[in-house]
Amino acid sequence: MQQTAIAEAPASNRALRDFLHGLPGVDEVGVAKRAAGLATRSVKTTAKAAAIDLAVRMVDLTTLEGADTPGKVRALAAKARRPDPADPSAPPVAAVCVYSDLVATAVQALRGSGVAVASVATAFPAGRAPLEAKLADTRRAVADGAAEIDMVIDRGAFLAGDYLKVDEEIRAVKEACGAAHLKVILETGELATLDNVRRASWLAIRAGADFIKTSTGKVSPAATPQTVLVMLQAVREHRDRTGALVGVKPAGGIRTTKDAVRNLVMVNEIAGPEWLDPALFRIGASSLLNDLLMQRTRLGTGTYPGPDYFTID
Amino acid sequence: MAEKKAEKKRAGKAADQGAPTGPAPAAGARRERPRQGGAPRERVAVRKTHKLYIGGAFPRSESGRSYSVASADGAHLANAALASRKDARDAVAAARKAFGGWSGRTAYNRGQILYRVAEMMEGRRAQFAAETAAAGGARRPEAEAEVSAAIDRWVYYAGWTDKVAQVVGGANPVSGPYHNHSVPEPTGVVAVLAPQDAPLLGLVSVLAPVIATGNTAVLVAAERAPLPAVALAEALATSDLPGGVVNLLTGRTAELAPHLAAHADVNALDLAGAGDLAAELEEAAADTLKRVLRPQQAPDWSADPGLSRITPFLETKTVWHPVGL
Repeated sequence: MQQTAIAEAPASNRALRDFLHGLPGVDEVGVAKRAAGLATRSVKTTAKAAAIDLAVRMVDLTTLEGADTPGKVRALAAKARRPDPADPSAPPVAAVCVYSDLVATAVQALRGSGVAVASVATAFPAGRAPLEAKLADTRRAVADGAAEIDMVIDRGAFLAGDYLKVDEEIRAVKEACGAAHLKVILETGELATLDNVRRASWLAIRAGADFIKTSTGKVSPAATPQTVLVMLQAVREHRDRTGALVGVKPAGGIRTTKDAVRNLVMVNEIAGPEWLDPALFRIGASSLLNDLLMQRTRLGTGTYPGPDYFTID
Repeated sequence: MAEKKAEKKRAGKAADQGAPTGPAPAAGARRERPRQGGAPRERVAVRKTHKLYIGGAFPRSESGRSYSVASADGAHLANAALASRKDARDAVAAARKAFGGWSGRTAYNRGQILYRVAEMMEGRRAQFAAETAAAGGARRPEAEAEVSAAIDRWVYYAGWTDKVAQVVGGANPVSGPYHNHSVPEPTGVVAVLAPQDAPLLGLVSVLAPVIATGNTAVLVAAERAPLPAVALAEALATSDLPGGVVNLLTGRTAELAPHLAAHADVNALDLAGAGDLAAELEEAAADTLKRVLRPQQAPDWSADPGLSRITPFLETKTVWHPVGL
């Protein structure tokens, strides 16, 4: 599907710093204007129906609560297989995303469905743990059958300028992942500037990320249009330089069909149409799915559906 | 597609800047050029834009459309917002959001707020009388009487809020070691089509009983006489009534009602102002098992309503409870 082009490990923090700070600065006003301009695109009727189905196929249906139970994960898995029980034409979602101790439950519930199991790992959401603990967390999730690992970067090290530490951690986790796909969570809400978002994107891509992901969902702001746009620019630029395709996953704060469709418009316009694929673009969400299904029903039947007619997850 | 969009834009512009959407200025309030020589200038008239009332705010229609409202003798009174199906959708969402809080209030508190609406209307008598007279073609004393009756109707339903449970609910006599209680509960979001012929008294008569018991309402004003309804919304907004409990749409009943009747998040439908559409709307409402109140034949809005408009929008919950030793 996609070839990963992991750049050679940087020789020193200095070399990595020179590369990241040598990236062109982000024009924050220009990015905000571009994102606002793309948000005005009108997507209606058949195009809207296609966009909704694509968005459903891109959803990483997520539950990351301290109160998660095996029962809740099984219920979520049932919803992932068949999001709308009343309408078999609704496609299944891309993946179910859970904490690493619930991976085995999710894998069992999703066997044979084609829906992947993703697990957050590496001391999610803070990322404050020794590297050994992070690697053990990752290996356990992979051993239990997770096909995708969502890791968090060490924002403290990143903001302190210790880019090499972040780089080495990502490489170590990538190695621990084996065949599993690695999504690297930048937690853009804590990175303060779009320049930092661009640098963190490049850092993660060069260290071997299969996906770069905006946020944990535990910090606000999460996936703002501006950060998604900057990350999409990074993966496009990386493709232009190396030919390798890296995916993008906004997570947190995308709750309505309108938000999801605006993200798809950005993907098409900023990264390119080849990213309009669940293999290269995912949306981390839980409440978004019901809104997508309600809009789907609205398009199909012509009447407004109510939330009482869809499962609460 | 592009053409339609351009049309929409133009319509939006017209509503924003072009034709004034307020009522036509009274004869004495015409605008005059500033005179030379220090003579006092006449004020520029401040005219009202008649808007919708959704979620406690007064937005224009999402579509940017408006329509001309005429008095009974055909004179232009004002432009009112012409609500679209998306405004109806937003109104339902606002009503659903407000339902938990409003139905969770004590009945006594709801009564206080309904009485407060009466107080606010009393303070705006002159405005209500003028708008009712203009809309219905009634002479001023008759309009005054209609305003009084409408205010009294709020007081009437304010009194019912904490008494209805005793009348339609209660302890049931059962054989066995149990208490058995029946408790009336609000149905949920009620779409109300206001009567077309009684712009103020009819409006209050259908709205007050719905919200008195804790329902929230999406109210479609009388198509040809929406201005008293807009004035009522202004009174509601200053009555401690939480935003979203009453949501007012002005526009074409035939355009809005089918969407509300079929909407799965609307729990009940009052067809008072449905006219010829009643049967069709009742059919659409059946798909989602809504409670439907059919329109009366030649209703007399000034008559004592009793509980006839309260009970159709109540659900009875019956609870069994073991009797202790």
